[in-house]
Parts: sequence; structure tokens; C-alpha cells
Amino acid sequence: MGGYILKRLVSAIPVLLGITVIVFLIMALIPGDPATAILGSYATPENVAKLNADLGLDKPLVQQYFIWLGNMLTGDFGTSFALNRPVLDEVMERFGATLILAGTAFVLCSLLGVAAGVVSAANQYGAADKAITFTVLLGISIPSFFLGMMMILIFSVQLRWFPVSGMWPIYGARDVWALLDHLILPASALAVVATGVIARLSRSAMLEVLRQDFIRTARAKGVRERGVIWRHALRAAMVSIIPVLGIQAGFVLSGAVYIEIVFQWPGIGRMLVDAILKRDILLVQGGVVVVAACYVMFNIAVDVGQALLDPRIKT
Amino acid sequence: MKFLTLLARNRLALGGGVVMALVVLLALVTPILPLADPDVTDTARRFLPPFSEGALLGTDHLGRDLLSRLLWGTRLSLAVGFAAAISAATIGAAIGIVAGYFGGWLDNVVMRGVDMLMAFPYILLALAIVAALGPGLMNALIAVAAVNVPFFARNIRGITVGLAHREFVDAARLSGLSDTRIILSEVLPNVVPVIVIAMSTTVGWMILETAGLSFLGLGSQPPQADLGSMLGEARAALISHPHTSIVPGAMILIVVMSINLLGDGVRDALDPRLKSGALSRPRAATLVERKGPVPASEGRGLLEVQDLRTEFHVGPRTYRAVGGVSLHVEQGECLGIIGESGSGKSVTALSVMGLVASPPGVITGGAVRVEGEDMIGTPYRRLRDLRGRKVAYIFQDPLATLHPLYRVGDQLVEAIRAHRPIGRAEGRAKAIELLEAVRIPNAAKRISDYPHELSGGMRQRIGIAMALANDPDVIIADEPTTALDVTVQAQILSLLDDLRRSRGLAIVFITHDFGVVAQLCDRVAVMYAGRIVEEGPTASILETPCHPYTARLMACVPELGEGRRRLEAIPGLPPAVDKLPPGCAFADRCAKARAECRQGEIALSRAGPRAVRCLYPETPVMEAAQ
Repeated sequence: MGGYILKRLVSAIPVLLGITVIVFLIMALIPGDPATAILGSYATPENVAKLNADLGLDKPLVQQYFIWLGNMLTGDFGTSFALNRPVLDEVMERFGATLILAGTAFVLCSLLGVAAGVVSAANQYGAADKAITFTVLLGISIPSFFLGMMMILIFSVQLRWFPVSGMWPIYGARDVWALLDHLILPASALAVVATGVIARLSRSAMLEVLRQDFIRTARAKGVRERGVIWRHALRAAMVSIIPVLGIQAGFVLSGAVYIEIVFQWPGIGRMLVDAILKRDILLVQGGVVVVAACYVMFNIAVDVGQALLDPRIKT
Repeated sequence: MKFLTLLARNRLALGGGVVMALVVLLALVTPILPLADPDVTDTARRFLPPFSEGALLGTDHLGRDLLSRLLWGTRLSLAVGFAAAISAATIGAAIGIVAGYFGGWLDNVVMRGVDMLMAFPYILLALAIVAALGPGLMNALIAVAAVNVPFFARNIRGITVGLAHREFVDAARLSGLSDTRIILSEVLPNVVPVIVIAMSTTVGWMILETAGLSFLGLGSQPPQADLGSMLGEARAALISHPHTSIVPGAMILIVVMSINLLGDGVRDALDPRLKSGALSRPRAATLVERKGPVPASEGRGLLEVQDLRTEFHVGPRTYRAVGGVSLHVEQGECLGIIGESGSGKSVTALSVMGLVASPPGVITGGAVRVEGEDMIGTPYRRLRDLRGRKVAYIFQDPLATLHPLYRVGDQLVEAIRAHRPIGRAEGRAKAIELLEAVRIPNAAKRISDYPHELSGGMRQRIGIAMALANDPDVIIADEPTTALDVTVQAQILSLLDDLRRSRGLAIVFITHDFGVVAQLCDRVAVMYAGRIVEEGPTASILETPCHPYTARLMACVPELGEGRRRLEAIPGLPPAVDKLPPGCAFADRCAKARAECRQGEIALSRAGPRAVRCLYPETPVMEAAQ
């Protein structure tokens, strides 16, 4: 297993490099001059030239890339001009908040989605299946930002169950309960779409498995139907559900951008949108690279989980 | 045309289609509707509620007419969403077809690139592109399209790779057509359905994604507004004036939901696997709809099957798989059921414990008695309690019938635990004991193997051990040796024979091989088209078969040392069990068939231990019985 993990880690290196190339190229192809963007349109040509030289923008593209990559590898992501703060510090702080939000949503959508899919498949064409299918369809059709806004209206404004926005109370202790109180609405809003997708795919994965011969064997042994569904069928279906979970993690991370805006969650998505609007290029680059790298690592974890679950995979 | 009919039959998809058509129609006629100018601000009329005079849906924070803005915004959102979908599909499909068709290094490079792009959470790429190009609706469109290109490229490439090596493409290549011509005339028509499915299921997403970028302020710029930016602008007044948010938000929901409904319908109508209804799961026990009266017990045998009828209901058709089968087996006896595939022998066996897949299987009549208790129509809980404990099964292909992801020892323990609680250590000891009983060497080590780590013969021994786990009275073996090679087959047969003698088991052995019957079975029942056509002691039947079908079936078995005898296949095919002829089902393949054979029911005539269902048997049954 150790060798397998190592192999997967090594195979991630070209992907990570590729990501840096893509991010670098997109940013390098930006029309206009970053120095002008930083200094404003009243800057003198000399100042612009000097800043360009300081930022290394007068060098050939390939050289710029390797300087940027080298700096990143040593932990130097540059300084955000808009925030006047090292990019890495800002990214790490914001990413932590996003991980709390997206991680909670991911756990929620995995549990609920798989459970809904299993119940739906086990009662195919029954009332529960129809109800779940319809709810799922509604869930994957509603924009998460609109859903978030409606949740605020209903649960925060009307019912006053949860705070309207933010991650921490303005006054009062910053403990787990305060965090949970602020977390429940945005995490639920974020989880809805992915729950729907996971439920759909879990349902069809379960239907596929329930027709297999080994399910008939389990029934012939006299295993209770609950055991047939949750132990035999789900275990086998997980083999095809786990990769879906990996993909959905990316969607949850993506959706976090909207939810962070709606709920004013101090996460990296909001940071990126602000940075784009302010054309704070280094911050965008740094944020995208860090999030993408984490996502690649997460997918390796998914593969390893898959290998642990399926003894037939050669490790 | 067939596609449209299928689509129309799906009521949800139809509903989605109608709503979608309405929305598109509204979007198209928006410019000629008598609407207020969507961009004219009137601060005196800010935040008017819906149903105000002159503003049906109210006004927004700048006093602009919401209805007008909604319709114009819908128009814009639809246009951008569809444009993004079409560009993504076109570019993605082009990349996928080229990569898949030419293969080699080009394919490699392209697909690595696609994998790379898909390793991103999509929003990062979209944000990076918008960051580079600057906010704006056109740039948001480009970003959304670009993000979805890899998805299309990968899907289409997969299909194209499959097509590129098909005969008709090779033929086109040999006839000297250029690659471009082949792609356009041979490959493209075959990938179009896939493109349509992929598009119909992603268009909703793309509308959501563009709306999302606009919502973030990165898409359409004021005063122009699509649904996303309307929602984005309204957010500041969410709490004080929620209607300005609800109006555009609900519209996005309606649009995307109707597209998704329609998309699902399109996918179902185009995907042949779903069309056949193949994806339905069997229930815990076969459905029972007994029509006639329940036959009274005749008290024969440990297991007594009386006039069993099992049908498959597929759409309007009814397949009569088992049409009134009666059997019985005594303690310590081995009964063989023999027949060609499709003769209903397996369905008979599976009906005993309600294991016929349902849907489509339905038991429509008869009784199955285990120690006198009728299993058909018994509550599921009782049935489950008897499964594996009184009546156990051994199935054909032990690789498919064992759970691939559990250790064989655990699967054995589970079989016991289904009927009585058992501790960890005791379970392990019992599992080892069972493996030793089926002569698996090194049993203590084997229990922690997975099925795929064992040979076919070993797996079948596990299957047998599992059947023995609760010391059942009856074992039903459904072609347990068919998937094995001949030497292993002989070992398994002798194992079963020993177990029967040492444990006094009753065995029902299902096979299509008379050689196996001769080796193992005391009595044999021959099945054809869902009915028993002949029954009797094995030795007697082998000596003097009565039914012409039995005789022909026996002639199919090669005999050692008689190499010169011609192996005779039976001409023709068994009748389809949804269109059974009146009279003898074998008549069409029978050399001796006469007109009477095709008229009316032919009864099973008995004489002593022998029985045959034939008007003109090879040997009269009375004679054969002696």
C-alpha cells in the first residue's frame, strides 16, 4: 500500500506542474500591463518600467515561469498589492475558512447523497423513490446562490434560527458552537447540488449491483434484506460511488465561491473574486495554485481509499 | 420519429419540454411585447411590490420594471447558456474526434491536457480565464464554454476510439477516402447522439454557471442584466425587498429544471440500455399472484413442488417459464432436473425459495412444500428464515455468485449468522470446519482469501461450504459444475455425493448434462419448454428413454470409446415461451410428431416410477416401467 501511495504521489507531479503552467500562461496572456494596473493610469513611464523590472516582467516568458515556480516552491508567492500582504499568508488564512465550509458540506452531501441513493434504489418506483427523485431534480436545478439567499430569508430573517452571515459572532466567544451556528446554513446550501448528483449516481450504481448474482446468493443464504442492501449491495456499489465523490468534491469547492459571497464567509472564493475585480494577479495565481494542488492531493486520497476498499485493485 | 414518440411518452420530460418551449417563446417575442424599457431608472418608483400599477412584478432598487428586466434577462441568459453549450460541444467534440480518430501521440498529448484541465475544480479555471480577460458577459461565456470543453472532448474521444477500429471505418479507409471525409461521413453521424445526450444534460449546468459568474459581478455588466446579475444586484436588498431576488431566482430555477427534465428524457430516449428497462432491481422475494386454488399436500418427500407456475411479465408479453411442474425429493435422495437452457429448470429451482428476479418474475400458481409447509405466499420473514437453513442453494458461476469484496471466511460466517448469533472465535472455527468438510487444503489460511484469489474449483467448494453452513435438509444445486473444467467437475460431483450420503441431504441437481445425471442422481426429471416431459429412476431412463426429446438429448452426449458414433444435435430451437403452441411443445422438432400431437393438452402418463408426456413414446411407458 505504501508503494501505491508513493506511486500516486509521483504521478501527481506532472499534473501539478501542468496546473502551474496553465495558471501562469493565462495570467501572462492578460492584455495590458500589470505594472500600470498596480500604479494606476497616472504613473510615469519610468516608474512603470522600474516596477516591471522589479517584478521581473521584462524577462522572457519561460524565465519568468521558472522564477515564479522557484519562488513558489520556496514558499514565496509574492505580495498582494491590493492587500499589501504576502499572498501565501492571505491564501492560507482564507483557505482554512473555505475548508471548514466545503469540508462540512462534503461530508453532508456524501452521507445524505449515498443514503438517499440507496433508499431510492431499494424502493425503486416506490413512493420514497419518487419523492427522492423529484427532490434531487429540484436540488440540482436550483442555483446554490439563490438557495442560500432563500435560506437566509426563511431561517435567519423569518424564523431567526441562525445568524444571517459571517463565520463568527461579532461579539461573544469564538467557540465550536458559535462556528456551528454560523456554519449550518451555508454548508447545507452548498451541499444541496452535490447531494443531488451523488444521490442520482448512487441510485444507478445500486440498481446495477442489486441485479448481480452475489446479491441473489446473499438472499439465498437468508441474509436479512437490510443486510443485503446496506452490507452487500452498498459495499459493492461504493466502488463506483467513490470516484463520483472525488469529482463532487471539486464541485463543492467550486460552489463554495457563491456560498461565500452570499453568506459573507471569509473564504478563498470571495478572496479570488475580489482579487479578480481588483486585478490583483499574484493573489489570483497563488490562490488558484494552492486550491488546485489541494484538490489534486484530495483525489489521490480518494484513489487510495478506493484501493483500500477494493482488494481487486493491484496496489 | 421513434425518438420523439419515446420522449413524448415520458410525462416529466414532456412537461419540461412544454415549459422550456414557453420560456423560449417568451424570450423570442420579448422585443415586440409592450414592455417598459428595462434600463430606464425611476427613483421615485423604487422597490414597488409585485402587482403594483404599471409594474406587474414590481420594480427594483433603481425603479426599473422587473417584468421587463426579467424577460430581457431570461433572453440574455438563454442565449449565453446555449451559445456556451454549443461552443463547448463543438470544440470539445472536434478535439475528441481528432484525438480519438488519429490516436497515437496526438491522442496522448491531448488527453493529458484534458486530464490536467479536469484536475481543476471548474470554477478556478473559469475565474482564472475571467481574471485574464476581464469581467464581461462575452468573457464569462468564453470561460464557461472553455471549462466544459474537456468534458465533451473526453466523452466524444471515448466513443470515437471505439468507432475508429470498426469494420465500416476500415472499409472507408481502404476505399481510399480521405480522413476528413471519413470523419465527416462515417464517424460524425455516429457520435452525434452522444453529443446530443451530453449537451442536453449539461445545458442546464452552463446556464447556471454563466448566471453564477454574472451573480459574482464577473459576467454581464450594468445596465445590461442577465438573470444572474439581476440576482446579484438584488442581493443587497434581500432582506428588505425579497421580491427583487425571488423573481430572477425563481426564473433560473424554472429554466434549469425544465431543461434538466427534458435532458433526462432525451437521455432515456436515446440510451438503449435504459430503454429496455434493464435497470430494475429484483425484490427480496419473487412476487406471488396465485390465480388457482392451492393444491393440497400429497405428503411426498422433504421438498414437494406441486403444479408450480412461474411467469415473466415483460411489458405486454408473458413468458411462461414454468408451466405446472410437480416434483418431490426424499431425504438422502438426489433428483436431477435436466433440460436445455431456457427449459425452465433454473427458474423452477429458484422459485422454491422465491429467488426468481422480480420484476419480471411472478409465481402464478402451485405450491412448494418444505416439510409440508407451503413456501409460495408465505410471509417474507418466514421465507427468509428458511432460506439457507432448511433449503440451501449452490449456484453456477462461483466468481459471480460470491461477493467480490468480502473474505470468503466472512461470507461463510455471515451465512451462519443470518440464522443464529455466533461469536467471532466460534465463527472462525466453524468456517474452518466447513472448509475442511469440502476438502479445502490449508483451510485456516484460505478463510482470509478473497474470491478472486481462489481457483474456480476452490470457489465452488466455498459455495458448497456456504450451503452446508446451517446443516440444511435440502440443497438445490443449479448447474454447480458447468463453469468448471472436467477434472474439477468430477471432484465436485464426488464431494456432493459423499456429503449427501454422510449427511442424509436431499439434493436437487440441475444440469444439462446426462453424463452428470448418470453419475450422481437417483431419479431424473426431463424438462422442456417449462414442463416435465419425462420422469423416472436414472438407470431406467438411461436404458429405455420414453420421450423422443429424452432420447435425442441422450444422443447429444458423447461416450468414451465410441468415437465413431455421430454426435447428434437436435434440429431446431425450443419454442419461445411467450408463444407456446397448443399440444406438445416439442412437436416441431420431433420426427414422430402427428396431427394429434399439436392439439390440446397432453397429460403426463404414469406407470410405476416412470412418467412421460407423449402420445407416441419411443417405448410405451408401461413397458419401460418393468
